[in-house]
Amino acid sequence: MLRQLASKRLITQRIQILPRFYHEKVIDHFNNPRNVGSFDKNDPAVGTGLVGAPACGDVMKLQIKVDDTTGEIVDARFKTFGCGSAIASSSVATEWVKGKQMEEVMTIKNTEIAKHLSLPPVKLHCSMLAEDAIKAAVKDYKTKRAKSNVDSEAEPAVKAAQA
Amino acid sequence: MATKLLASALRQTLNKKTTSSSLHRCLSTAAALTTAPPSQNDEAMTIKGLKISARPLYLDMQATSPVDPRVLDAMLPYYLARYGNPHSRTHLYGWESDQAVETARSQIADLIGASPKEIVFTSGATESNNISVKGVMKFYKEKKRHVVTTQTEHKCVLDSCRHLQQEGFEVTYLPVGNDGIVDLEKLRGSIRPDTGLVSVMAVNNEIGVIQPMEEIGKICREFNVPFHTDAAQALGKIPVDVDRWNVSLMSLSGHKIYGPKGVGALYMRRRPRIRVEAQMNGGGQERGIRSGTVPTPLVVGMGAACELAKKEMGYDEERIRGLQERLLNGVRAKLDGVVVNGSVERRYAGNLNLSFAYVEGESLLMGLKDVAVSSGSACTSASLEPSYVLRALGVDEDMAHTSIRFGIGRFTTEEEIDRAVELTVQQVDKLREMSPLYEMVKEGIDIKQIQWSQH
Repeated sequence: MLRQLASKRLITQRIQILPRFYHEKVIDHFNNPRNVGSFDKNDPAVGTGLVGAPACGDVMKLQIKVDDTTGEIVDARFKTFGCGSAIASSSVATEWVKGKQMEEVMTIKNTEIAKHLSLPPVKLHCSMLAEDAIKAAVKDYKTKRAKSNVDSEAEPAVKAAQA
Repeated sequence: MATKLLASALRQTLNKKTTSSSLHRCLSTAAALTTAPPSQNDEAMTIKGLKISARPLYLDMQATSPVDPRVLDAMLPYYLARYGNPHSRTHLYGWESDQAVETARSQIADLIGASPKEIVFTSGATESNNISVKGVMKFYKEKKRHVVTTQTEHKCVLDSCRHLQQEGFEVTYLPVGNDGIVDLEKLRGSIRPDTGLVSVMAVNNEIGVIQPMEEIGKICREFNVPFHTDAAQALGKIPVDVDRWNVSLMSLSGHKIYGPKGVGALYMRRRPRIRVEAQMNGGGQERGIRSGTVPTPLVVGMGAACELAKKEMGYDEERIRGLQERLLNGVRAKLDGVVVNGSVERRYAGNLNLSFAYVEGESLLMGLKDVAVSSGSACTSASLEPSYVLRALGVDEDMAHTSIRFGIGRFTTEEEIDRAVELTVQQVDKLREMSPLYEMVKEGIDIKQIQWSQH
């Protein structure tokens, strides 16, 4: 009994001494990550951004689903290999891009993500990775679309030539 | 809540009649986890931003170990009643303290097959390593300018070597094989006429591999080079014999063998005599090698811990081996892609360093908040770099980021191991579900072929 009380007191004492290591929001996103999962990357409405490298200890995959006519991001998914801050950064990124225009999400800055999660300096690269992932996803969607436009325009031309 | 705790504590004391088993129960952290209801959020503690419902399971015995109650019993009189300075020569307080220090000295010597006269008390293995590496080289600096060591040594040996390099000494850092064992032929080849010291640790702190000490000792004898070993992780865990290993110097630590923190010892061979330049100057205690008052209670504790270790090494070894197998088999039964880092055969059973492919180590540690484990050594766990020991083993960088060290000790219970397996499997599954790498591998993509953009 005494021992248990003593140990409880020990923990409470230490809270006051030690600085916070992870911010509550990081813990929240780590424990309950939003929008985990994958879309079919071959779907023309989906843009995929894959950034980072396993050797650096961070790989982020962020996917957006875009409404073809309005250019609005209707849904987003992520999968991340990395520390808690990297997982939280990508989780926040998916939340923020949803329902926004593609041009709008290109302006999301890593500093905003870092500030939202109160990331310490050693974890700033996690938020930069999230920013890169958003940009890569938008870029992927745009190149895919441009390609399919070219293809659809090119195809009838080929057919016409054959005829 | 308080009444609940009281009831469970009462139940425990009523159920456990013998004192020894209730002691064991108190030391086991599993008991703490099961008695405190984890669902009560108002009772949960927040530390470093993590909510913890009770004290986590302790599986980090390489970082430090709890003090054995029998050791504490031996120490307490020297705090409360027999508090004399062991160097006081004029009264009983000094004499009885001195006697206790000498008893401890022989207890330590007894465990390593040395003479008590060859033991010098220090503040810990770090200090012993500093005295050994820097002290020997500085004493023989006129003729000897070269040190041989390995890439997987403890930071304090490597840092002492760096320090020597700045002063103009030369150091050879031997590579190790994939199993973490040093290549004896490379060791032999690296010894030069001006080599003043070979320093190889007995049991590695991060991966637990045991180096071929006897063979290294033979090579050192052949070339007549002093051999130093950092045996902080070996003492009391594997049989240590200074004559069979042919070591000239050996660093020992108190808190890795269920003794107190803040005390260590240095073995220094008398025949043939090895000499060092003192790194601490002062009153000339410990034959001038380490000045400063010897802390009697700590030294008594270390002596008692060594005596216990000698008695119980066989029993502990067998128990810990069983627990290690239980942990490894438990994890392997439910997870694929689990790799043991370092040699499986030549390793101390209490250290199990595992890599979980496609899961990043830090996020796994964050998820395993109810298990106190580390991703490497405690000294370097604050940095983001993957462990230099694992890199020296040639472990792929992505796998080096995924390692967790489980340290099992004398007071670890089967319940703790089972709970640790359960939580580890749960977290690894959750994080793999979230891992893009795992997804790619499942799709049949070879991750190594991808051109990653390096940050």
